[in-house]
Amino acid sequence: MSITTIVFIILSVMAVGAALMMVSAKNPVHSVLWLIVVFFSISGHYVLLNAQFLAIVNIIVYAGAIMVLFLFVVMLMNLNVESEPMKNYRLQLAGVISGGSLLLVLLSALMKVQSTPVQTNDGDVGLIKKLGMVLFNDYVVPFELSSILFLSAMIGAVVIAKKEK
Amino acid sequence: MDIKAYIGLSILLFSIGIIGVLIRRNAIIIFMCIELMLNSVNLLLVAFSKMHALGIAHGSPSLASDAQVFVFFIMVVAAAEVSVGLAIIVMMYRNVHSVDINFLNRLKN
Amino acid sequence: MSNVLESVWVIPIFPLVGFIVTGLMRNYLPKHLAAFIACSSIFLSFLASAYVFYIVKDVTSNPAAIHYFDFINTGALHIGFDFKIDHLTSVFLLIITGVGFLIHLYSTAYMSEEQENDYAKYFSYLNLFVFFMLLLVMGGNYLIMFIGWEGVGLCSYLLIGYWFTNNNYNNAAKKAFIMNRIGDLGFLLALFWLIAKVGSVDFATVNAGIAKLSTFDVTGITILFFVGATGKSAQIPLYTWLPDAMAGPTPVSALIHAATMVTAGIYMIVRSNVLFSLAPITMEIIAVIGLLTALLAATIAIYQNDIKKVLAYSTVSQLGYMFLALGVGAFSSGVFHVMTHAFFKALLFLAAGSVIHAMSGEQDITKMGGLRKKIPVTYITFLLGVLAIAGFPFTSGFISKDEILLNVYNHNKLYFYLAVIGAVMTAFYMFRLLFLTFFGGFRGTHEQEHHLHESPKAMTIPLIILAVLSVIGGLVQLPHVFGGHPYFSEFLNPVVKTVEHTDPKLAMKEYVLLIGTIIGLAVVYFFTKKNYAVNKYEGEYHGFKKVLANKWYVDEMYDAIVVKPLLAVGTFFKNVVEKSGIDGFVNGIGKAVNYSSRQVRLLQSGQVGAYVLLMVIGILILFIVQLFL
Repeated sequence: MSITTIVFIILSVMAVGAALMMVSAKNPVHSVLWLIVVFFSISGHYVLLNAQFLAIVNIIVYAGAIMVLFLFVVMLMNLNVESEPMKNYRLQLAGVISGGSLLLVLLSALMKVQSTPVQTNDGDVGLIKKLGMVLFNDYVVPFELSSILFLSAMIGAVVIAKKEK
Repeated sequence: MDIKAYIGLSILLFSIGIIGVLIRRNAIIIFMCIELMLNSVNLLLVAFSKMHALGIAHGSPSLASDAQVFVFFIMVVAAAEVSVGLAIIVMMYRNVHSVDINFLNRLKN
Repeated sequence: MSNVLESVWVIPIFPLVGFIVTGLMRNYLPKHLAAFIACSSIFLSFLASAYVFYIVKDVTSNPAAIHYFDFINTGALHIGFDFKIDHLTSVFLLIITGVGFLIHLYSTAYMSEEQENDYAKYFSYLNLFVFFMLLLVMGGNYLIMFIGWEGVGLCSYLLIGYWFTNNNYNNAAKKAFIMNRIGDLGFLLALFWLIAKVGSVDFATVNAGIAKLSTFDVTGITILFFVGATGKSAQIPLYTWLPDAMAGPTPVSALIHAATMVTAGIYMIVRSNVLFSLAPITMEIIAVIGLLTALLAATIAIYQNDIKKVLAYSTVSQLGYMFLALGVGAFSSGVFHVMTHAFFKALLFLAAGSVIHAMSGEQDITKMGGLRKKIPVTYITFLLGVLAIAGFPFTSGFISKDEILLNVYNHNKLYFYLAVIGAVMTAFYMFRLLFLTFFGGFRGTHEQEHHLHESPKAMTIPLIILAVLSVIGGLVQLPHVFGGHPYFSEFLNPVVKTVEHTDPKLAMKEYVLLIGTIIGLAVVYFFTKKNYAVNKYEGEYHGFKKVLANKWYVDEMYDAIVVKPLLAVGTFFKNVVEKSGIDGFVNGIGKAVNYSSRQVRLLQSGQVGAYVLLMVIGILILFIVQLFL
């Protein structure tokens, strides 16, 4: 039981627990907060794997920007616990069962996977330098295209949310 | 660390996300569960990239960085998608004054 | 010689060509051309048949079959398209083409009032009929015979229903065809049985292979063949179609229902005489049914008022005599009676047609009378025909009927006496017909009397020829006793074993029959002349006579027992099975589709949540299939 394994287990428990709380929380604001916890734990996993760049980007983009956006919208709607609608019981049951079956199927598929070790703590794969080299040498075109994507998303968001006069 | 552990963790988070989508009626919560699913996939990809970095058994080192670049792009797309999606939900709220997906049945018949 | 015989296929080809030409070109052929084509085709066949006869008569053994091409070749069953030309065949060929030609000639005048295309249609049907009949008698195996058998049935239907605008005629045609068909079923079953046991339908093979058949087999096969014969040759129980078939034109009645088609049954049994000789039970049955039919039909004929119906029942009766002859084993006598019957019955029918023609279409004898001065040629030929059928000494009818009676006497005395009674009745109703038609005062309308005229030459010449044949045609079989020589049965000897009886009392029996005939005829003549050469004839019958006049109500009986239940079954099937069952099933499928689509439509609720659920389930299934199956 190396320290790596222990850290892994702690982070995993945190992630899964937070996810479960997120799914079952009645108050939407609580859901958002629990999701942020999930993001943090996933970033912890990234650090464990020495993918430093992605860890930081995860925090900044996801937990910082996207979740704040969600929070804005939730506050805008003024959603409360009382007005939170719940699906009827049967449909919930159906959902749980199908999701659970999917889980089981995938896990049983996992049994056939051959064990392969993963490099943790070390390695220069996740470092910014290496990543930058790959990104700007091999994947330049998708990089530029993603800027266009952002442009269209921005314009789209503004147009859709505009109040009609 | 074995790759199997990471695969298992990713599967778990993914299915929790699916269950969340199926259970909740609030459109925003559903959206967030989708984000959860995306993140589980990201985690898996990073784990695979490190597996390839080792070069043992099934790993091939040349693929290692590609996986992390892929994760980067997934985040990009997720960000764009969230902004547009939330804009739509806001628009809908203005019309129907509710974010309950049961009221969004314009696709009926 | 066999080389020449191989080209006998021309004999049926002539009428076939005639059929095709007159049939296809019926809208373009003028009447005289259609008549010429049809008559000449039959005449050419007649010449060819005469040549065949000339060749065959010198052959003493049984000629082999002529193989043209393989007809059916499956597994163990090989049936060729064979012709067998032997003495029996050549006799029938001469009868069919000879009498057929005369009738064609007669029809050219009789049917002259028809439209042009109908006229040509008539002749095409007639030629087709002759073709099939030739196929029947020339066939070298049962299958070819069956082709001809069915074909003549078809032509009979076509020709009976020739004036198809009249529904009654159509019903008569249908009745003829259906009753034929019932008999054909018997024929087919016998055929199948033969194939199963002997493995071939070839005449030679069957005759050689009779050792393979047990008594039960032979009896069964022959009985089934006889059922076919009762249908085709109008014996009890399948005879009621023949009187109704008088709805067709008179030459048709003469050709088909007197001279040729109805004799197909006789031909078939004689052809299979080897088989039948081995089944004494069947022979007895044939004799009994023949006798009963002869008597029944004779009783009905006594009180019929339609000239053609009398002749029709007479035909049934005479056919009964032929079967009686076959039943007691006198095969060549049966064939001889076929020949003489062809002569005098065709003559009688054609003469009746001449009378009808003269009476402007009237067929009821109660409305005729005293015609002998007005249409003398018809009268004389008709008289000769009546004498022949009644058995006036030394006419053809006398010789053939006496031969049959003698053979019956040697077999069973009871049958003999009954047959004699039948012969007396025959004479009785024929003389009644003669006197009512040609003697006494005229009982028709003034208009009819005005139009009375002798028929044209085309009609009278065949009458004269047939009359001559009816009188002298029997001399080929004149018994030794009267100074003749039985050429006919000698001719048929290679094919049919004649019952040669060296009977010491033969001469005496012949003389007894001769004297008995003369006495009987005299009695009948005077009795009928007194009662029927009259000025007024009611034609209404009461009591027992009514039963006879109404044909013993046999038709009504068949209607009640067979036809009505079948119709009821058909109606049941139509209403219950068809409407509720099949329609219900088909409509039900439509309704089911409708219902299910309505239910499926509810799936499209527009609820996003439901869609997502279905999506997840789909992915689940895909995963399972991919990973574990």
